Amino acid sequence: MRPALPVILFTVLSGAGYGLWCLLGIALAAGIYPLPGAGILVPLGFGFVLVSAGLVASTAHLGRPGRAWRALSQWSTSWLSREGIASLVTYLPMLAVGWLAHSGHAGWSLRAAGACLALGALATVVCTANIYRSLKTVRAWRLPQVLPLYLAFAVLSGGLWLWAWLALASARSVTLAFPLGLLALAVIAAVAKTAYWRSIDCTPPLSAGDATGLRHLGQVRGFEGPASEESYLTHEMAFVLARKHSRRLRKAAVILFADLPVVGIAVVLPYDAAWIAPLLAILCLAGLFMERWLFFAEARHAVAAYFPQRRS
Amino acid sequence: MTRLPPPANKKLGLVIDLDTCVGCHACAVACKEWNDGGAFGPLPDDDPYGAEPHGVWFNRVHSYEVTGPGTRDPAPAAPKLPDPSASGRRASAVQSRESCTAEAPVPGPRSPVPQMVHFPRSCLHCETPDCVTVCPTGASYKRAEDGIVLVDEDKCIGCQLCAWACPYGAREIALPPAKPRASDAGHKDSKRGTMQKCTLCVDRIYNETLDERDRQPACVLACPTRARMFGDLGDPESTVSKVVAERGGYALMPEFGYRPVNRYLPPRPRREGAHAAAAVEAPTEAILDTERLPPLLRWLDKALSR
Repeated sequence: MRPALPVILFTVLSGAGYGLWCLLGIALAAGIYPLPGAGILVPLGFGFVLVSAGLVASTAHLGRPGRAWRALSQWSTSWLSREGIASLVTYLPMLAVGWLAHSGHAGWSLRAAGACLALGALATVVCTANIYRSLKTVRAWRLPQVLPLYLAFAVLSGGLWLWAWLALASARSVTLAFPLGLLALAVIAAVAKTAYWRSIDCTPPLSAGDATGLRHLGQVRGFEGPASEESYLTHEMAFVLARKHSRRLRKAAVILFADLPVVGIAVVLPYDAAWIAPLLAILCLAGLFMERWLFFAEARHAVAAYFPQRRS
Repeated sequence: MTRLPPPANKKLGLVIDLDTCVGCHACAVACKEWNDGGAFGPLPDDDPYGAEPHGVWFNRVHSYEVTGPGTRDPAPAAPKLPDPSASGRRASAVQSRESCTAEAPVPGPRSPVPQMVHFPRSCLHCETPDCVTVCPTGASYKRAEDGIVLVDEDKCIGCQLCAWACPYGAREIALPPAKPRASDAGHKDSKRGTMQKCTLCVDRIYNETLDERDRQPACVLACPTRARMFGDLGDPESTVSKVVAERGGYALMPEFGYRPVNRYLPPRPRREGAHAAAAVEAPTEAILDTERLPPLLRWLDKALSR
């Protein structure tokens, strides 16, 4: 599949924003968030920037962005529609948390708003993952790791931003369990992503024989494509560019989203070097940008089987 | 609505005969021509007369080489085939080179001459397609009355999820031109940025201003070998259903569970030794035994040979 920049930006940035909101919401709901007032508003606002930037970027992928509102109508069957609704609905508890934090409220109302924020953020990421998971035509996206990885990457990248804020604002009051939990999550995500990559390497692509239904006659080889020029289908679905670099990109992605955050957390904790924390969050986003590029570029669409095989 | 309609009895679709299709692309051209000017047009192209023309086609014709025992008649006679070892070596060399992408070799004797199969590919108007249910806007829909899958271009937002959901490559988007030309300025460009697909010529098949025999999809009318047939595949008594039953018509990639309506008729097995016989016949024609001709023809042969 062609890795479209708007979709990569959306899934990475909004994913981080929703992960940040999710953890902030859980902490507020559990009553363990250490800071009041502006201490809530800053990460909430930063999450708003990430989420909204991603959503705005995603409309650039549409042929008719002006009609995007129509996507809210078919929630009964379409995960894309559900995602659109979930993303907009999640703004409501965000506004509620913001207003409550701004006016100094605490107690059950803030806890309830925090819980709603966490649920909305989680639901949106689940919808995003299910858009891809629901496509039977792309075998790689049907793998069981896809949904857990979308959730893990959202929480990891958003969690690093929340931790960065907490570390900068009040290094002493943060519980040790939070960075250690992120560290564990980074390791789990790296292991799961490696398993995903191993699975897609072992999955044979559909052949021309399967696609044409002529396999029983013998070996079916694409002789001529339907046109001398590229078409929408070859451009969008039969994307082969730079697949040969995927090994290096995979390594680089894991180093950025897992290895460096793990080492960084291990360094920051004992030495109290809080300034490293935001750097780790940025590196993680960069790693996820590569990971998401590969998520598309390495995914083979069934329709590619109709076209003469090209070298990758 | 992107909810699928309840199953209907009427299932309009195409039957494509891979045995008689000669790969002339007339169906694709006729389709493009009709749909550019018909009710769903225009079908805009990018750079149509330039170096890299790029545009939407509802119907595209692929060509495949099929090599294997299945393309030949399983006749008991020993095959008289020119130098099978050389072609065997070549085939295995091809295979080892493409070992990552090629499918598993079919066991049994290999046909030295691959059979060409021309393969027109268009929307199969599936009974339970995901291209309809994934649509977030309700623009992609399946008609309850005859099963035709259409796109409402006034609702489509161009998210392309339906094209991603289709394993048959039936949908192509009309993207805005990369290099807008001055001549496009006054052009009606309402279809830019929306998904396009085969309409089964819904603007022909019910069109009462057309002669009754012309109320068929443009591709069917254009086919010079009558390799395309149109009809109701939900009616077991229809001509198309009967030919499907007789010829063993099959659905493409049924494993996706979309239940395509269109059917493909497999190529008939080639007669054993057809190529070898042709090779032997050619020289006998040159060496004409004049002594065995009737007297008049023998005289004519002599007179003409002077």
